[in-house]
Amino acid sequence: MTVEARRDPRSEAGKWHRESRARHFRERAIKIVLAACACVSVLTTFGIVFVLIFETIAFFREVSVVEFLTSTTWSAAFANPQFGIIVLISGTLLTSIIAIAVALPVGLLAAIFLSEYASTRLRRWLKPALEVLAGVPTIVYGYFALTFVTPFLQSTIFPSLTIFNALSAGLVMGVMIIPTIASVSEDAIYAVPRGLREGAYALGATKREVATKIVVPAALSGIVAATILGISRAIGETMIVAVAAGNLAQLTANPQEAVQTMTAFIVQVASGDTPTGSLTFNTIFAVGTTLFIMTLILNIVSYLFVRRFREIYE
Amino acid sequence: MTRSGTGIAQKGGPEQESVFKTSTAVRYALDLVFTILVFVATMIGLVVLAVLLIDIARDGVPRLSWEFLTGFPSISPERSGVYPALLGSLWLLVITAIVSVPLGVGAALYLQEYAPDTWLTRLIEVNVSNLAGVPSIIYGLLGLGIFVNLLGPITGGQSIVSGALTLALLILPVVIIATREALRAIPDSVREGGFALGATRWEVIRGHLLPMALPGALTGTILALSRAIGETAPLIVVGAATYITFVPEGPLSAYSALPIAIYDFVSRPQEAFQIAAAAGIVVLMVVLLLTNSVAIWLRNKYQRRG
Repeated sequence: MTVEARRDPRSEAGKWHRESRARHFRERAIKIVLAACACVSVLTTFGIVFVLIFETIAFFREVSVVEFLTSTTWSAAFANPQFGIIVLISGTLLTSIIAIAVALPVGLLAAIFLSEYASTRLRRWLKPALEVLAGVPTIVYGYFALTFVTPFLQSTIFPSLTIFNALSAGLVMGVMIIPTIASVSEDAIYAVPRGLREGAYALGATKREVATKIVVPAALSGIVAATILGISRAIGETMIVAVAAGNLAQLTANPQEAVQTMTAFIVQVASGDTPTGSLTFNTIFAVGTTLFIMTLILNIVSYLFVRRFREIYE
Repeated sequence: MTRSGTGIAQKGGPEQESVFKTSTAVRYALDLVFTILVFVATMIGLVVLAVLLIDIARDGVPRLSWEFLTGFPSISPERSGVYPALLGSLWLLVITAIVSVPLGVGAALYLQEYAPDTWLTRLIEVNVSNLAGVPSIIYGLLGLGIFVNLLGPITGGQSIVSGALTLALLILPVVIIATREALRAIPDSVREGGFALGATRWEVIRGHLLPMALPGALTGTILALSRAIGETAPLIVVGAATYITFVPEGPLSAYSALPIAIYDFVSRPQEAFQIAAAAGIVVLMVVLLLTNSVAIWLRNKYQRRG
């Protein structure tokens, strides 16, 4: 009762019975206020869905769904525009695949090192240091990709690399995603029971064999979850690709060329002076809806995989 | 460990294929290679981080000056400054904190201390963790649709308030999750002791749970706020301006922000603007370093007590 006493030191006697109705009322009011706070998160989801659906319907009144899904040209900002979302999706997938090709092996091996090899002391230093990578603002990575990685690659491995290209953006994005993959994989690896490792050691397996043939397969669903989460991050990542990948909406599988992702398109239109309510402006919501659906599906699948490895070992 | 035993076991049947490789020398050599491989993989991220920091410091630090910090954007890269952007970021930070902290702590208190275990509660929980995975640019579209367009007459359209509310919703899931974890770490005996003395739920929360959860919740919240300072994409979508030649006068004013200024510099072709971008990044990173240091200091203080 320290609180009550501090609040009103005079009401020493009969404090428990006095104004119990008022206290009851206050308790109820506070509970309602707190529940309202919790509802804000639900309202946020409704808000996102409402805005996306509302503006996307406005877009599809003028552009047919079939053209949106099947056309292979994207020229939203030009006269006589064409809206083939496949072009933007391909740009998004290209940069995301490069990012995952970097982040999955590096992140997984780092997770193995942190959980199986590093001493507790080393781990306590390395984990936060790796997590700094996820805390660096993405605009900083964009600058780094454009002014350091691209010139570096041009002068060493890829002389024909254009200034804006999918490769640098994807590589740097991969570095950004390493902590995501490493930390979710490590949770899964950590959850593998000690008995499995000891059983393998007892059969004469070496440390590497235990790590690659026992621990990784046992933690596989968690590692899959980490990978899907990483892909979801890569697809939603914006500033690296907006700065370094070039904003050229073309259908290509060549990472040395410029591409435009869904996110970069939204930034390009929003930072220009496109009038609100115009067709081009509504386009960013149609693209946003596509992006939202893709990341939502990936997040749900990842969540299901995480739940599976929890069910097995916990 | 019976590592050497496997070699003997295989001698009985030469035709019999086994998953066990008998040559321990090769296996130990591979072990050494693998150990080096996992160590190198762990270091790759840190090396890139070091290269990034050195590169930016080398490009940006010589460009830093008092004039850069107090100057306004200009068509001349040498005279460009980040003063309005720096102030815009501070405005955003303060309003985002004022909105997201009470909402986030309130929601966490409800979910952790009050909510009955029903489908509705579980729906809210799944919803919170799902919101944490929504790309930040989608929050920008939300802010554009709701705060800028729908509530434009109240928020002033593309104003600091619209930007800050968008960022507040963006970091809300992180604040909720951090606060819930801090509350969960408090033993139930604290709550039961309070109830046994006749305290109501709110009295227990205000007198005991909140003070005890504060450092943990604060650490997570500050980290979330520092993420908000570095966000660029949602602010571009809700209309932060790149070319602002005045200091923001109030919450309804048009504004710029540090990451927006950096994006503006970096998207210009001239070399001198790229250097200005690097200088802007140095300023941004120093701001982030300060906020993160506060968070780490709080965490260490908290851990020592626990």
